[in-house]
Amino acid sequence: MTPTYYLLLAALLFCIGAVGVLIRRNAVVVFMCIELMLNSVNLTLITFARIEGGLEGQVMAFFVMVVAAAEVVVGLAIIMAIFRARRSASVDDTNLLKY
Amino acid sequence: MSAVLAQAVTLAQGGEVSTGEAVAFWILGPAAVAGALGMILARNAVHSALWLVLTMLSLAMIYLTQRATFLGFTQIIVYTGAIMMLFLFVLMLAGRDSSDSVVEVLRGQRLAAGLLGIGLAVLVVTLLGRSLTDTQIAAPLDPYSPEGGGAGGLGRLIFGDFLFPFELSAALLIVAAVGAMLLSHSGGKKTKKTQRELVEERFRGQHDRPSPLPGPGVFATANSVATPALLPDGSVAPESLSRIIDSAAAEEFRDEIREVSGTGPEADAHALITPAEGAEAPGGEGTDGQRADSEGDKA
Repeated sequence: MTPTYYLLLAALLFCIGAVGVLIRRNAVVVFMCIELMLNSVNLTLITFARIEGGLEGQVMAFFVMVVAAAEVVVGLAIIMAIFRARRSASVDDTNLLKY
Repeated sequence: MSAVLAQAVTLAQGGEVSTGEAVAFWILGPAAVAGALGMILARNAVHSALWLVLTMLSLAMIYLTQRATFLGFTQIIVYTGAIMMLFLFVLMLAGRDSSDSVVEVLRGQRLAAGLLGIGLAVLVVTLLGRSLTDTQIAAPLDPYSPEGGGAGGLGRLIFGDFLFPFELSAALLIVAAVGAMLLSHSGGKKTKKTQRELVEERFRGQHDRPSPLPGPGVFATANSVATPALLPDGSVAPESLSRIIDSAAAEEFRDEIREVSGTGPEADAHALITPAEGAEAPGGEGTDGQRADSEGDKA
């Protein structure tokens, strides 16, 4: 076994997250799929840091976590605001700009 | 599981992947993939969140076996502790009942998305598998030295070389907190309208009529709320009639209506002795009202 397997696992998780973003209609679940994609990228960064024998990859994963936390806070607040205005958390109902 | 992890950490001293780490990977990797698949396939959004917790915990243990101990515990505390609780909180507030609809707004979108995802997975996995065949693993850092792979070395880097990005991320967190407060604020409470504002609105025509609806004619001749109010010319005010009572049994209150509108037989002083046949009311309230009328006439 080589650390490449971790990269393959990360790629698989990323693809699953991307498919989830495309097929799910609930905005909160779409957001969770985005979190899954961020996590898979974190796994990639940590694996590269381990292959390189340095710590810079881990620092980058750390910053990704910080940005993900900020993104979750703002995104969930937006979802709550949309839910308060339209009484729905489905992305299909947020189509006001379409017409 | 913990024994396997400890073995993985102790055995990965050289630049090679130890057997313990391989065992841990083949347990944790499928668990992570199963959690991810369960998340996108679960119909209920709360179940999706719980599947994602499984994926994140597996990833945290994979970080630990890769000697990223600080990030592993940060993953457990921040992601499964804070972020997933935030997700569950919002799900319980907003999206819990709205489980995904089976209606496809775009025809064939799910099939196309699944095919695209499979294609992307095959593409990336074969690319990585073919390009990274002989990766040379560097010697791992000593996690117990100050410059090593533990939290100490990470902190040395973050507060040294990456100090400016760290301060930028602090600014980002403050902006995110303020933005979330702004977005989730419901816009203040509306003050109640005063009587003067209500009167002015009524006479500007923002309501249906300038005066309130007439009440029922309770104390005119009877004490039943089914009794309609009378207009100054003696006719029945139609807005004082309750729509429910009116639609329920107009025939039932025929006598009361006739009595109030003045077309029925008059109440006489001898009502208690010999009740008039035409004015006998079927309901108890009507009888009481009639008796009150009779007593008033006697007085």
